Amino acid sequence: MPLIDLANPTRFLGFVGRLVPWLTAVTIVLFAVGLYGAFFLAPDDYQQGATVKIMFIHVPCAWLSMFVYATMAASSLGTLVWRHPLADVSMKAAAPIGAVFTFVCLATGSLWGKPMWGTWWVWDARLTSVLVLFIMYLGLIALWQTIEDPIRGAKAVAVLTLVGAINLPIIKFSVDWWNTLHQPAAVFRLGGPTIDISMLWPLLVTALAATCLFVTLQLLAMKNEIKRRRLRTLRLIEASRPHAVAGTPVVGAAS
Amino acid sequence: MKPLAALFLREWRLSTRVGGGALMGALFFLIVVTVIPFGVGPDLKLLARIGPAILWIGALLATLLSLDRLFQADRDDGALDLLMMGETPLELVVVVKCLAHWAATGLPLVIAAPFLAVFMNLDPPAIGATVATLLVGTPALTFLGAIGAALTVSLRRGGLLSAILILPLTTPVLIFGVSATTAAVTEPTPFLAPFLILVALVLFSLVVGAIAAAQALRLSAN
Amino acid sequence: MRLAIESLSVERGGRLVIAGLTVAAKAGTALVVTGPNGAGKSTLIRTIAGLLPLAAGSIRLEGGDPELTVAEQCHYFGHQDGLKTALTVKENLAFWRDFYGRPALSVIEALEVVGLEHLSELPAAYLSAGQRRRLSFARLLISHRPIWLLDEPTSALDAGSEVRLIDCVNDHLVSGGLVIAATHAPLTFRARESLALGHVVAEASP
Repeated sequence: MPLIDLANPTRFLGFVGRLVPWLTAVTIVLFAVGLYGAFFLAPDDYQQGATVKIMFIHVPCAWLSMFVYATMAASSLGTLVWRHPLADVSMKAAAPIGAVFTFVCLATGSLWGKPMWGTWWVWDARLTSVLVLFIMYLGLIALWQTIEDPIRGAKAVAVLTLVGAINLPIIKFSVDWWNTLHQPAAVFRLGGPTIDISMLWPLLVTALAATCLFVTLQLLAMKNEIKRRRLRTLRLIEASRPHAVAGTPVVGAAS
Repeated sequence: MKPLAALFLREWRLSTRVGGGALMGALFFLIVVTVIPFGVGPDLKLLARIGPAILWIGALLATLLSLDRLFQADRDDGALDLLMMGETPLELVVVVKCLAHWAATGLPLVIAAPFLAVFMNLDPPAIGATVATLLVGTPALTFLGAIGAALTVSLRRGGLLSAILILPLTTPVLIFGVSATTAAVTEPTPFLAPFLILVALVLFSLVVGAIAAAQALRLSAN
Repeated sequence: MRLAIESLSVERGGRLVIAGLTVAAKAGTALVVTGPNGAGKSTLIRTIAGLLPLAAGSIRLEGGDPELTVAEQCHYFGHQDGLKTALTVKENLAFWRDFYGRPALSVIEALEVVGLEHLSELPAAYLSAGQRRRLSFARLLISHRPIWLLDEPTSALDAGSEVRLIDCVNDHLVSGGLVIAATHAPLTFRARESLALGHVVAEASP
């Protein structure tokens, strides 16, 4: 199906209806395989022991927190440049999902940090920039919440989202630019991964599973948002429809 | 009681629905607390020492800045006139509006405080004390803030002016809130004495806030 | 029941808007206040509603509830609707019913009278200006208060709604109510007395 067909919200809803069951199944299978690999096949870290298992949740969530924001930034471009009817729906739907992934990333990081660094939280560049990302998600959600007309508000949110995208490279390279407590990149780096293959493959599978989870949730949230907007339109029509007053015969009602 | 219950429900609904901004206060709180370490540096020992004060100042600013629409929204659409014509005394209307505002805006601050305390590297006793003092003390900020909101109800840009007027009045609450928290952590100083003074301040500000705000609202209808 | 206004003076912004006004209105009649812009029509209405202080004189309701002030026995239907756009039509009305007490019509009955019952579950934000006006008027029907203060009651209403509003006012008069209405439009209330406010003499002489 050409992408342009999906611009039609009705076609999009049909597409979502067919795709979501498959995506859900794929997500479950990937999570099952990935977590089995993580907990039963991958070895414990020689320094960290079993604590390292947190990585298999923490790292996918961290990736997703940035990936979701990148999706929102791309959708913002879609809103501002191409005025794609689904772009601002996608932008609005992604924000709460991204906020949850970021929150899980921060929370698991905190749980991991306590045994490793002896503290729940440090103000180093990586942690702080992710916290800023979390606040930006919440700010965008708050902005959506105050807007009554979603189509008018979309442009304002799109501009803010694009400005906030500056934070993404800062998060990615914070561990290289500043001397931080957080460990540097181990998977996506020049010169190949520094992580052992027995840990790497479950990590990649769980990351893929989390991505599928995001796509599933995103499609469902977009479906809800489209229906919410239709409801709004229906209500506006209902309110402006001439109403037959009780006791007054409506002319032409019988014909 | 029925008019007051109806008013509470209405205020609660208004602040939790679209455009109500109930969680905006908590978000502002989060941001204020987050930017402090950018200024003072990431020294965890220092942050642990000033943490309770930062949380209290954050809660103070978040409460005062979220109050600007407390009466203004009702004045703009004429509902304030109608509220004043009810058989319920305006003082009680003010108290109920403050309580509903606190439940929707102040309580989330208290709930968010333990999470923010982790950022400030507070240890569990200090977190407990901060949450307890905030839970008891933030209503006082709302009641005092209501005076400012009522005084500036007819002004277009009243929010900042209201904060300027009310911040000096909130200093006793801040002082005893923070000193109760520090007393809970440092061993010999007693916790109960400043805590009870804080409770007294809350009751005092309830009475003063209700009377002063109601009087200011009556004058503003002029 | 009789509303007696005696040598009433009201000041606004240092200017005497109403000076020494004496007028009375009996139950069952509508006192229609007319006059050019700035003559003090809205000021008079707001003063009776207790929203403006009296500079001199008195406003008394003879035969009313001695426990209540005059304002607490008045419904005020002014220029502003007092509606919350985030609440539904029903919630808006139910709040005023619970807040004012003394229930008269039920919320749904009142909405039927103003022709909005099919929109009762919609947020008030979706209503047009005329619909908001009608919803605001329904407030007068849900709790019982003997005096209705109407300030330009038919503004933003179409002809059909205006007729229905006048019917409601007439029903209120028949049941022994008292109406004070400030208006430019000629309204066909069943028993009406007129009060023409002009510019206050005290203001004209320097």
